[in-house]
Amino acid sequence: MANLKVGLVSPEREIWTGEARMVVAQTVEGSMGILPGHAPVLGILLDGSVVKIEPADGGEPISAMVGSGFFSVAADEVSVLAEQAELGDEVDVPEARQALENALAAEDEDATRERRARARLRAAGIEA
Amino acid sequence: MAQIRQLRQKIKSVKSTAKITRAQEMIATSRIVKAQQAVAASKPYADQITQALSALVSHHVGIDHPLLQEQPADNRSAVLIITSDRGFCGAYNANVIREAEALIARLREEGREPVPYVIGNKGITWYRFRGREVAETWHGFTDRPDFPSAERIGRRLTEDFLKTDADGGVGEIHVVYTQFVSMLTQEVQVRRLLPLEIGESASDRVPPAYEFEPSAAAALDLLLPNYVESRIFHMLLQSAASFHASVRRAMKSATDNANELVGVYTRQMNQVRQAAITQEISEIVGGADALAESGGE
Repeated sequence: MANLKVGLVSPEREIWTGEARMVVAQTVEGSMGILPGHAPVLGILLDGSVVKIEPADGGEPISAMVGSGFFSVAADEVSVLAEQAELGDEVDVPEARQALENALAAEDEDATRERRARARLRAAGIEA
Repeated sequence: MAQIRQLRQKIKSVKSTAKITRAQEMIATSRIVKAQQAVAASKPYADQITQALSALVSHHVGIDHPLLQEQPADNRSAVLIITSDRGFCGAYNANVIREAEALIARLREEGREPVPYVIGNKGITWYRFRGREVAETWHGFTDRPDFPSAERIGRRLTEDFLKTDADGGVGEIHVVYTQFVSMLTQEVQVRRLLPLEIGESASDRVPPAYEFEPSAAAALDLLLPNYVESRIFHMLLQSAASFHASVRRAMKSATDNANELVGVYTRQMNQVRQAAITQEISEIVGGADALAESGGE
């Protein structure tokens, strides 16, 4: 079966590109798994969620935190565009913990900062 | 002799200036490369978002979003001027400001009311010194623009665009920035940012029939501001690359001039020194002659 061509990009750089078997992204309405042959979709990412990519070469699944953005699927090409994006491996865990504490202390009206901080920790493989 | 000492001092100081300008030239050269890499790195995102947007617009031709619509009721026009924080860059800022002033004059002639928004210390001081009113200023990131800065600027501009004249809003937004064409050429560009004009995708490829999650309107609501921010980010990056190229050129000609000056002073110094030697010899010869004459009698 064909593979998905995946590109995860932020405005400042291309974060991850390659072939994948499956991509799981969270939209405002819920989680969405994308396999090869998926119908064309343009979806809005939940700000502060985790995108999971299963590489085609059978390597470790890749998790990345994403902020405000969207993803498009067309002809087995998946592009995930997020204004803030960070690979789980690159997350500075103590710094992310601190960010979460700050966000909780600030008691913002909208919980975006808190969600983003949690997503960063989750992408890094830590439940928070 | 005093003159020789003065010249020697001048040569020394010009040489040290040349050393500094040469160093700055090399720094700028390395920064151009970095700035170009940043431009290249931002390209995938910009391409993707443009593609998605033109797909969205071509599927919903009748779609109306405030950011896509002309606002004939609003008479104020924002002019976003991208200058640099630092000087030593030749005519870079002067060119941008000249073009911006031309645009402002043109808008006035059309009976509109231009409102400047300024990025970069140099532009800010230019407007402040002349006591001109500016709507908003930003600085501190023009050397190496980051996306959060572009986001801040984009938010403020779209906010003002959606307001009416009475609330301090604007009806259209123009940007004056410098396009990096090559190491040797940078061109000042004037673009209208809002309302957006999105053409059907230029390629012949028909965009796929997307389904929207949750809805097309929500997708447009998110995509348009992001697109505006990505445009601004692109312009900031282009301007930064142009700025470094201008610094490089200015510093290169400063170094060349300094080296030329060293040559001139060295020649002058040699001349003065030679004159002094000639003078001394002729004095000695004259003295010897006088002695010989008096001794011969």
